[in-house]
Amino acid sequence: MQQQDKIRESMLKPSQASKRERHGKILSFAAISLIVIVVVAIFVFVATRGIATFTVDKGNLWDFFTKTTWNPGQTDKSGHPLIGALPMIVGSFAVTLLSAVVATPFAIAAAIYMVEISPRRGYKILQPVIELLVGIPSVVYGFVGLSLIVPFVRTHFGGTGFGILAGTMVLFVMILPTVTSMSVDALRAVPRYYREASLALGATRWQTIYKVVLRAAVPGIMTAVIFGMSRAFGEALAVQMVIGNATLLPQNLVSPSSTLTSILTMGMGNSVMGSVSNNALWSLALLLLLMSLLFNILIHRISKKGALH
Amino acid sequence: MNAKQSDKVATGVLYLMSGTIVAILALLLLYILWNGIPHISWHFLTAPAQSFEKGGGIGVQLFNSFYLLILSMLISTPISICAGIYLSEYAKPNRLTSIIRTSIEILSSLPSVVVGLFGFLVFAVQAGFGFSILSGALALTVFNLPLLTRNVEDSLQSVSFTQREAGLALGLSRWETVIHVILPEALPGIITGMILSAGRVFGEAAALIYTAGQSAPPLDFTNWNPFYIASPLNPMRPAETLAVHIWKINSEGIIPDAKAVSSGASAMLIIAVLLFNVLARYLGNKMYKKFTGV
Repeated sequence: MQQQDKIRESMLKPSQASKRERHGKILSFAAISLIVIVVVAIFVFVATRGIATFTVDKGNLWDFFTKTTWNPGQTDKSGHPLIGALPMIVGSFAVTLLSAVVATPFAIAAAIYMVEISPRRGYKILQPVIELLVGIPSVVYGFVGLSLIVPFVRTHFGGTGFGILAGTMVLFVMILPTVTSMSVDALRAVPRYYREASLALGATRWQTIYKVVLRAAVPGIMTAVIFGMSRAFGEALAVQMVIGNATLLPQNLVSPSSTLTSILTMGMGNSVMGSVSNNALWSLALLLLLMSLLFNILIHRISKKGALH
Repeated sequence: MNAKQSDKVATGVLYLMSGTIVAILALLLLYILWNGIPHISWHFLTAPAQSFEKGGGIGVQLFNSFYLLILSMLISTPISICAGIYLSEYAKPNRLTSIIRTSIEILSSLPSVVVGLFGFLVFAVQAGFGFSILSGALALTVFNLPLLTRNVEDSLQSVSFTQREAGLALGLSRWETVIHVILPEALPGIITGMILSAGRVFGEAAALIYTAGQSAPPLDFTNWNPFYIASPLNPMRPAETLAVHIWKINSEGIIPDAKAVSSGASAMLIIAVLLFNVLARYLGNKMYKKFTGV
């Protein structure tokens, strides 16, 4: 009787293996939930702080995007804090767009070389070069920018050397590897028979590349460029070291200016939690966050629309 | 110009532009190493930094960088392996999974300065850890998790499906199959990815400025009790890392030999990153050979 009960019990109870299976599944789900929670928390925390500038401190949202005086500790005649972030916004977009414009042709050229012209040498030389460029820390880029590019700009283009031109040159090298390796993926995704068909029609290699392969890879290359732009937009220290950090509208490419990230890194340590100047900085962080989200959405849109079938 | 000529011209231009990229890297590396290596000496690598005078070293910063790296890898490795297992083995193609994937994508593309500020707000201020190694390690974990998770998932996915079928056919549960069969085979890929991300973490500064702090109090290398305030192992002390140090002496520059110190420190960073890269390739190849028996 006793014996039977024991067997019965062991048949009814979940086995050791199924218990372990459940624990494992719960554990892995907990880990993935943690990541999702962190993402939500980042948005909630940054948003509540960033919005406080406009709700608690009576900042004017229109001023934030159009005025050029950044002095959040003080208020203007009508009692709104001076939170004109236009100089930083212009600065951020200027370095991002310019560096993308310079980097894209080089990245596409390198990608074509690696996929179409000489895959073997591309794999042996360019691949490691690109991996190393990715690996160099951003402060090192900033330091080289400060000691090599800024003096170079000063002697050849005038001004103090600090400014958008120096920032662009540093960012160009920093986003180049990202854009290149993603463009390589885009070119590799173009089916082989596209090339064969074109060559069979008597097209030269360049005609095939230019008229067939590149056209087919346009969505992938655009994704790569936007990805690079999102990198450039969010890059903080390297840019901060070479741009001059003056909250002035950039007059030209060599006048000291600033980006959202540079003012953020400079200012956060010098303001008290909860003060107007601190909240205003969090508004800049929120803008950065939203821009990074926008770049993400753009990438999604493009890759969904342009997927090769 | 006919088609053949333009083909030649275009090829020439492509060679030229690719060559420019190689030249840029060569110039960068040469510049950094040429300027930096003369400053590296035993004294430079071990002496504490000076705040106002010249002749300071980077000993404390170097130690902090490694300690922070190890601590953050200890936290992020188990989480990312579990999360990667979920995505590769358990996730069904539904709404929830697509939300999870989108979150990971968003997290991986967030600017590191935003991650740093989040860490400052949550770990340093709200949780009360202050500017400490612990805050820094947690911020680095947030920064590192999405890439590590994706790397684990990719490595697990590259293991043949027949291995899973074999495990299940032997009566193992899905979890046991993953842990005993799939994970060991995916290990070379996972380890390579981890070393590469270690290199990235080692040079990260933006996420650390407001979490691990910008000061490096002198350490007492004779007392390794983690609760002693000047102990190297104390996770609650502020810890400026090598990368943060380079940034700080260049943007606030009070020490007279800022350029020399940052040249040497930059060279050290580059050498460390190069070593991480070489190590990842070497270990990846070696383990691949061992596991596949080629």
